[in-house]
Amino acid sequence: MNGLETLPIIWYMLVGVLLTGYAILDGFDLGTGALHLFTKKDIDRRTLLNAIGPFWDGNEVWLVTAGGALFAAFPEVYASAFSGFYTAFILLLFMLIFRAVSIDVRSKRAEETWRKSWDIAFSVSSLVAALLIGVALGNIAKGVPVGPDFEYDGNLLEQVNPYSLLVGLTTVAMFMMHASIYLVMKTEGELQQQIRGWVQNTLIFFLMMYVLTTMATLVYVPHMAEPYRNHGWLFIVPLISVLAVANIPREISRGNELRAFLSSSATIAALMALFGIGMFPNMMHSSLSPEYSLTAFNAASSPRTLTTMLIIAVIGLPLVLGYTAGIYWVFRGKVKLNDHSY
Amino acid sequence: MDVELLSRIQFAVTIGFHYIYPPLSIGLGIALVIMEATWLRTRNVMYLEMTKFWAKIFGLIFALGVATGIVMEFEFGTNWASYSRFVGDVFGSALAAEGVFAFFLESGFLALLLFGWDKVKPGLHFFATVMVALGAHFSAVWIIVANSWMQTPTGYHLVQTANGIRAEITDFWVMVFNPSSFDRLSHTVMGAWQAGAFLVISVGAFYLLRNKYEKFAKSSIRIGLIIAVVASLMQLVTGHSSARMVAQHQPAKLAAFEGIYEDGEPADLTIIGWVDEENEQVYGIKIPGMLSWMVHGDANAPITGLDAFLPEDRPPVQFTFQAYHAMVAIGMLLILLAVGGAFLAWRGILWEKKWLLWVYVFSVLLPQIANQIGWAAAEVGRQPWIVYNLMRTSEGLSVTVSRGDVLTSLILFTLIYIGLFVLFIFLMDDKIRKGPAMTEPGLETEGHRA
Repeated sequence: MNGLETLPIIWYMLVGVLLTGYAILDGFDLGTGALHLFTKKDIDRRTLLNAIGPFWDGNEVWLVTAGGALFAAFPEVYASAFSGFYTAFILLLFMLIFRAVSIDVRSKRAEETWRKSWDIAFSVSSLVAALLIGVALGNIAKGVPVGPDFEYDGNLLEQVNPYSLLVGLTTVAMFMMHASIYLVMKTEGELQQQIRGWVQNTLIFFLMMYVLTTMATLVYVPHMAEPYRNHGWLFIVPLISVLAVANIPREISRGNELRAFLSSSATIAALMALFGIGMFPNMMHSSLSPEYSLTAFNAASSPRTLTTMLIIAVIGLPLVLGYTAGIYWVFRGKVKLNDHSY
Repeated sequence: MDVELLSRIQFAVTIGFHYIYPPLSIGLGIALVIMEATWLRTRNVMYLEMTKFWAKIFGLIFALGVATGIVMEFEFGTNWASYSRFVGDVFGSALAAEGVFAFFLESGFLALLLFGWDKVKPGLHFFATVMVALGAHFSAVWIIVANSWMQTPTGYHLVQTANGIRAEITDFWVMVFNPSSFDRLSHTVMGAWQAGAFLVISVGAFYLLRNKYEKFAKSSIRIGLIIAVVASLMQLVTGHSSARMVAQHQPAKLAAFEGIYEDGEPADLTIIGWVDEENEQVYGIKIPGMLSWMVHGDANAPITGLDAFLPEDRPPVQFTFQAYHAMVAIGMLLILLAVGGAFLAWRGILWEKKWLLWVYVFSVLLPQIANQIGWAAAEVGRQPWIVYNLMRTSEGLSVTVSRGDVLTSLILFTLIYIGLFVLFIFLMDDKIRKGPAMTEPGLETEGHRA
């Protein structure tokens, strides 16, 4: 490995870190949205909204920054992916708009129809956003017909195929499980009891999807397993993911929700690592010919830019982690509704 | 309409709608800092209620800014893929820096500003407010650096890669401090302060007309007027400096701003006019030699006219000319409103005259219009280039995205944004009608010491 290869690899990992941060953080608030309609009382719905209230927009910044980092570090991937997934991506943007607006305006008026409509908008947009993110990941894993000029002329109907839908549903299940555990930490009393039931159900849902997706990947997308075949020690990553999942019910039964939540976060991180390693060095796998694939090397920016960006990241990421930790610390504990709440 | 025009319209719709909100966040951010500082200094509860009231409005504006801003972060990739491939090495860095340095700061401390009143000490809360305002300004810095590089590219070289030619950074700081960055940043930020200031003034004037929260309204108006006077007068300096910069670095744009066709001759300044693009004539009220004098300090100095450029290298003149002139006219009006308002408030006349208060209620629209058309003039004036003199707008499109794709998304964006705008106005109206929480009796008519 020489200097020219190190920088793209570092950036491949950093983009992965940003996307993992996004999946862990926005994962629980997207999941909260997906679960929102399972509560019926207005006060409970407000509690759920306020459990993510101070955090959701900061969480979404991880996606925005990942987008910026992808643009700067791998402009070819940024260009090919977003133009190739045009319709899916525009849909995702609409969902994120609806979601942001519903969270913000839902409790601003007291009328029942007003609140119910925004509740539905919040829940549906969160669910569809999670699904679309998973569908996109599924397509990236499976490979899409990227041509010799790096262009991918995709359409939504091709992109919604059984494998990508499976990954999409797995993502939804994972976020719902992640959110249930989070919400147990933020709630109390009767509502908390109800949410404990969700933890059980979503955990089972996630485990089923996890097993199915793993099998489907091994059977239909064998190239994702290649790095693990070539480097046996990498098998430690799937092992960690399984251990992290297994630890969730253990911590739940001991009543230690924070640890369960950390385990669930570790599960997401391990699955993202599993995905990143399986893809490496490809960023968009071409189903036409391996030589057309966009990789961390042929899609990267110049070493100078990657270095500059690395300096920005080294200065910026500790600050970002600092604010994030600070905000989560200030707003720790159970949700208490007051006149500043949603 | 072809893909290019549709993509340009979609970008204009999405950025134009988004751009209602960030200037308000930047300007209101400054107002919130002043309000909360006054509360901490005087311990007058009215200023606490004022900060809380405007913080709630800030929250609503910020939410819409975030919702519509995410679109912008990805629209280069969806609709302008060839542009993204060409500039990613340069432009992407500024965008990524914006995420790392501005958005995290802003969104993190916003949580404290909105929800932290009972969670943290007043000093830390004030710190959060300052950080939110700072974050809003930082995001302006990076996005304007990126856009200014498209206007006056420096600090890069062109490199042949396996997939065509692209621009790569040679010097990051030369890219950041490209010739137009500073002028455009200062002009834009002052425009944002005007937007925030006149919103505060407008709501205050509305309360006075309704005979509600008199003390609160007057104090709000005073704070708004201070910011408005500073920003409006600064616009004379930043605007003049920007125009000189454009004359030097983007002569075709300046020629379009002022409707100058004849090349190499001293040029008049048109106050108001109409461009006859076919006959290359401008009719209107002109001050002879004034443009030459403003740009070069000499009424006889030659100015580059549109004739120096091939027809295919010229921007649309009529649109650029009218947008630019309307912006300047509004800028002058805002100086009158700000300075005049400060004088009238000082003499107490402002509070007496209903029609004057109505003028100030509607004044909120003026900076918004000026900000929108000013940007339109800057961007349309750059045409036909997406990166000035380097890449044509028509070369920047996504090759895989069809006319139907863009038409569909454009229609949906337009419908959704109309809905969002109606919702925004409805909720603003709702919040303004509810007014500030007046926790202590007597606050409505006289300042109350806590």
